[in-house]
Amino acid sequence: MATDFQSASGLKRVRGLGSAKSGAHHWWLQRVTAAGNLVLLIWFVASLLLLPTLNHSSVITWIAQPLVAVPLLLLILSTFWHARLGVQVMIEDYVKAEGLKLLAFIALNFFILAAGVVATFSVLAIAFGA
Amino acid sequence: MADSRPLSPHLSIWKWRVHMATSIFHRVSGNALAFAGLTLFAWWLAAAATSKEAYDSFAAVAGSPVGWIVWVGLSWTFFQHLMSGIRHLLMDSGWGYALGTSKMTATWVFAGAIALTAAFWAVFILFGPGLG
Repeated sequence: MATDFQSASGLKRVRGLGSAKSGAHHWWLQRVTAAGNLVLLIWFVASLLLLPTLNHSSVITWIAQPLVAVPLLLLILSTFWHARLGVQVMIEDYVKAEGLKLLAFIALNFFILAAGVVATFSVLAIAFGA
Repeated sequence: MADSRPLSPHLSIWKWRVHMATSIFHRVSGNALAFAGLTLFAWWLAAAATSKEAYDSFAAVAGSPVGWIVWVGLSWTFFQHLMSGIRHLLMDSGWGYALGTSKMTATWVFAGAIALTAAFWAVFILFGPGLG
């Protein structure tokens, strides 16, 4: 069975420490947010296809509904989190210099938080009729 | 320090395989979605929240020839990442490591992504929302 891989000592596996020194938390959240993305993005794509038009009034009327705004907020959380985790792995794999790696992590977190808060605030503003 | 470690002498000997292409495309598509996809998504929401004028200037860019190229590219990127993501989740469960199975699922990822992209745009154009 392919799940029988053992790449760490018994003590390391008990402590959940691999080469990342932090256990499987990052790996697991990547999977949980992937599942969230799968469900929420199917809903999002199907909903866009079912809208009468994609003009301004049609879109804000759609977003203002509670049962649209809430899944949209969950979608923002799940996709931005998933993106942050994924790009982090990319930086870990391809940016060799420690200082540059640190800067890349900071830039990534700034981007994800800034764009994520813009998206979240926009949905709330539309939902609360600002 | 890292440079002095012994390296495999055969790292430069390889040829393209569909499995490795799936892995590379998963990484490239994920980054494209993370940066281009999420930026456009946030811009779309911010424009909608700001004003009709802001939304119309988003719509003008989105509906331009360059915009259409970006949407078609991004939609294919999305379906490619979606399909190989499902393949990853299946392999996380312990299934699909046999060489034949792995090659078959990798092939289906590419075929499925192209089919879903074509299906999405067919539905969008034939039955989907108006743009006005």
